[in-house]
Amino acid sequence: MKSKFDPQSNYKKTKKLVGYVPRKEAKTRVYESLGFKCGLEIHQQLKTKKKLFCRCPAGIYQKGNEYDAEVQRHMRPTLSELGEYDGTALMEFKTKKNIFYRIRNVTACTYDIDDTPPFRINKESFKIALEIALLLKTSIVGEMHITRKQYLDGSIPTGFQRTGILGIEGEIPLQNKIVRIIQVSLEEDSCREVSDIRHDRIYSTDRLGMPLIETVTYPDMKTPDEAAEAAQYLRFLARSTNKVRTGIGAARQDVNVSITGGRRVEIKGVAHIKRIPELTHNEAFRQKALLEISRKLIERVEEPEKWKIRARELPVKLIHSENLPAQFRQDEGYRIKAVNLPEFRGILSFFTQPGQCFGNELHDRLRVVACLEKPNMIHSEELSPILGNEDFALVKKMLESGENDAQMIVWGPQEDMKTALETIEERCQLAFQGVPNETRKALRIGTTIFERVLPGPDRMYPDTDSPPISIDDQMIEEIQKSLPADIASRVKQMYAWGIPKDTYTYILKRNFFSLIESIINDFNECPIFVGTLIGHNLKNIEGKNSLDQKFNYVTKIYDLFKFKKQRGLKKEILKLMLPIVIRHPHMDFGSALSTIDYPKQMEKDILLHLPVLKEKFKKIKTSKDPGAESRWIMGQLRPIALGNMDLKKLRKIVDGVKK
Amino acid sequence: MIDLFKGYKGKALEVLKKFNLRVWSEAVIRSSRGEFKGIILPRSEHDDDRHLVLKIPSGYNVGVAVDNITDMEEIGYKEAHYKIPEKEFPISPEKPNIKLFGTGGTIASRLDYRTGAVIPAFSPGELYGAVPELADICNLTTEKLFAVFSENMGPEQYKTLAIAIGEEIRKGIDGIVVGHGTDTMHHTAAALSFMVQNSPVPIVMVGSQRSSDRPSSDAALNLIHATTAASISDIAEVMVCMFGPTSDDYALLHRGTRVRKMHSSTRSTFRTIGDIPLGTVQKDKVIPLRHDYNRRRSDKDVEIYPYFEEKVAMLYYYPNMQPDMIDSLVENDYRGIVIAGTGLGHVNKPLYPALERASKAGVAIYMTVQTLWGYVHMFVYETGRDMVSKGVIPAENMLPEVAYVKLGWALGQTDDLEKVKEIMLNPIIGEITEREPYNGYLVFQGGIPEFETFLKTSTSNFLYKGSPILFF
Repeated sequence: MKSKFDPQSNYKKTKKLVGYVPRKEAKTRVYESLGFKCGLEIHQQLKTKKKLFCRCPAGIYQKGNEYDAEVQRHMRPTLSELGEYDGTALMEFKTKKNIFYRIRNVTACTYDIDDTPPFRINKESFKIALEIALLLKTSIVGEMHITRKQYLDGSIPTGFQRTGILGIEGEIPLQNKIVRIIQVSLEEDSCREVSDIRHDRIYSTDRLGMPLIETVTYPDMKTPDEAAEAAQYLRFLARSTNKVRTGIGAARQDVNVSITGGRRVEIKGVAHIKRIPELTHNEAFRQKALLEISRKLIERVEEPEKWKIRARELPVKLIHSENLPAQFRQDEGYRIKAVNLPEFRGILSFFTQPGQCFGNELHDRLRVVACLEKPNMIHSEELSPILGNEDFALVKKMLESGENDAQMIVWGPQEDMKTALETIEERCQLAFQGVPNETRKALRIGTTIFERVLPGPDRMYPDTDSPPISIDDQMIEEIQKSLPADIASRVKQMYAWGIPKDTYTYILKRNFFSLIESIINDFNECPIFVGTLIGHNLKNIEGKNSLDQKFNYVTKIYDLFKFKKQRGLKKEILKLMLPIVIRHPHMDFGSALSTIDYPKQMEKDILLHLPVLKEKFKKIKTSKDPGAESRWIMGQLRPIALGNMDLKKLRKIVDGVKK
Repeated sequence: MIDLFKGYKGKALEVLKKFNLRVWSEAVIRSSRGEFKGIILPRSEHDDDRHLVLKIPSGYNVGVAVDNITDMEEIGYKEAHYKIPEKEFPISPEKPNIKLFGTGGTIASRLDYRTGAVIPAFSPGELYGAVPELADICNLTTEKLFAVFSENMGPEQYKTLAIAIGEEIRKGIDGIVVGHGTDTMHHTAAALSFMVQNSPVPIVMVGSQRSSDRPSSDAALNLIHATTAASISDIAEVMVCMFGPTSDDYALLHRGTRVRKMHSSTRSTFRTIGDIPLGTVQKDKVIPLRHDYNRRRSDKDVEIYPYFEEKVAMLYYYPNMQPDMIDSLVENDYRGIVIAGTGLGHVNKPLYPALERASKAGVAIYMTVQTLWGYVHMFVYETGRDMVSKGVIPAENMLPEVAYVKLGWALGQTDDLEKVKEIMLNPIIGEITEREPYNGYLVFQGGIPEFETFLKTSTSNFLYKGSPILFF
């Protein structure tokens, strides 16, 4: 038995035990048997001129190192309205972070750094938020109460976010089900993190205070794909108002996942909807793995509440120096501790996520809670071992470890070691219970890392600086008059028009539906042509060019169709004109036409070329294929026919002449 | 009687009664806007009578319009007890004994539903629960003298406070901290500077600009700084201890007679005017910035002068001020007037006869400057000399509020205007300085390159770590 333990094979074995399958191979019943549940919290910035509670301009961003002043703060937990401390709050306090805010005078004022009470709420954003709350079919509250939602990570200099509920209990229709909405709130955005190293966290305050709405759904999504579908729907819905911001960071998703026996875990800051399925899939299996770990530990340990780590100072010379990570030698003020984890053999290398094992859970918490930069530890079951077996044999001997124990070596500055050891013990104790409530940060590769303990309702507090804002029936009726049609009915309409399905995402994402609708109605255009011109051609042009985002393409494209009608152009010419018009938004349509060498020709004049071309083809005879003549003639005529006559009609005539 | 309907009135109260619900009811409310579930919270007295406040399960509060309610029922009852956890304050013999007097303000506070504002919470146990660091600094005892907002502090409170401080000092306390609302902290600081003289221990006034119910509050750090100063500082004077910069960094110790609140809301609002501060408090250190202060002693020989004449007024002069402003004070038996004049200490000519009348009626009139910085110089212009001849006495560089407090204090002791003048013009503790140092007037302006450089670093590196960019 002794020392035969192989972490790699344990990892593989436990991965199999958990039943992990890659997402592409996972069928719906995999999620059914896990009891997969997912809910969303979608944050969407509103397109307003000013911030929510002060008069700073919204939407101006500073680059990383551009700032005019720096302010430092520390956050301290306070009691909630109902007299409780929030768990996250206490953890954040333990981490003892110095928070630095980097301010630019053009984007932040004394309100942003919490040196001035809030001003009256920005009316423009209030109306947009109400519009979205109505689109989500929520029950609109009689009075919005501004509430303080505590955030002790420093992402807001006050230590809380001012937020207020506008509506509760709404719904959105997905293809196969209705997803219920818990609530819609209007809130101020937080700071952007610049860096977080050791005890110093730096934020920039440009985004701070910008109005955004948060839409929270019930955990009604039962597969990762449904979660993405719901997120997509909510995005389209917000964009249908045309009053929300787009671009990087303008919409952010927090995704809540749980499985049967697990707990709610919130994956924070998912920047792209397309990443939701992979992330939720992996989180579901991480929870499954943690439940298996818990089962194993409870089998082994009789009284889990008495489980404790044992830590000793580790003399550096005990370890073969050539195996030591650089930190051991470089930082002289560092302390090294050897820690024994009783009965944890086989747990540290237990699969949790692709490429990660339980040891990583400790690694991540040490970084966040004890502020120890990585690498901060080595354990006895590393998937790629750093120390030799003989080193850990010495550690085991020193710690008087039992056969079934695991060991780790952790290092950091003296002042952080107490928190570090507490953190290790706490996380291991939580392993007995299964899945801890956490917020986790999404990584590009589809896995997540620990961010903080999940806050509960205990972090809410009424904002004593703001009076409640009454929402009367008249105000709601007023907004109701100009609500855009809902997304589901838009999809139905496009389908009825015969517009190809593959264009819908782009059209809804860019909120081009109303444009298409008015072009069809005002100019009596063919829906399929308009739909594909936008859904295929425009998308293609956008993909190839970095376009001027500020330019109003909606008006431009509408005017293009108007121009076509006035000039009596045929629709095909628009496919040539569109790239020119989009690339050179300030060029007039006439010039765009001449750029593509468009000659105005009458249909009969075009057809006059036919006999000559026929003669010419006889001479060159490119191919014996019977269709060759028509193709060649069309090739010759297309440039002058485009926009002047219907190409299908021309083809028919060409074919007819040939016969 | 127990108030079942805290803060509700009018229509909202009717509706609550009609459906047999009360505050803290767990309720299901059906309305024309949909169904709402949650706990009915008390309502602020200042809000309208057309809404109920509900805490919904996500922890948010929402208002439900009573006009829209069709039906309500109570499905439970959950009363909240907002309480800062109390822990017994640990006492250790080697630590200094500090007394904290409470007057109100936001040093530690909790929510008051009736007004929607925050009200102070105070016992040592509560403070220790909220700011455990205090136990590393001192043995703290507390006494709540009154619970008033800063703007309601007045002569009666000054006197009570001075007497209480005197008693504590005579009992042998090592330092005094006074928790105070910030709005009029400099008035009280001036009053205590005159009423409590020759103190052997520091008397430190402290408050907070952001209430302690928010994570970013300056309350905890201010209290830590103040108790540190009271415990270990060698400066045995009445001081105001508040944030130096707006950052959570170091505190400034301001002399009670030279300090003023200079911004309505920022944390760094208190500034020493016309001089430099007494010192700084950073972490567990008090660093004096000057040496001409009263030092800590081991005796208990404090002198308490709890006097105050309430019939004293302050006039903030503006162009076109009418003489009847002064006449009406005389008619209403005011015994003293402090004028905050323009520039070097001026008022318009039409006031002169009124000033003369007042002076002849035995009213003590002192001139200070609205500019706050600088001295009254009534001999530079003829107009000033005119006024002096009409009985207006220049109060040198005494701050207007300090002159007001001192005149009230002086007139509380004697009717003899000559004696009053002697008291007024002989500085007790820095209220008049013989000279204004060049660095006593520093109001930096944004945009100046060297100051912009300074603003880019939040920590006090410049001050304490010997940076070469230390300027001025």
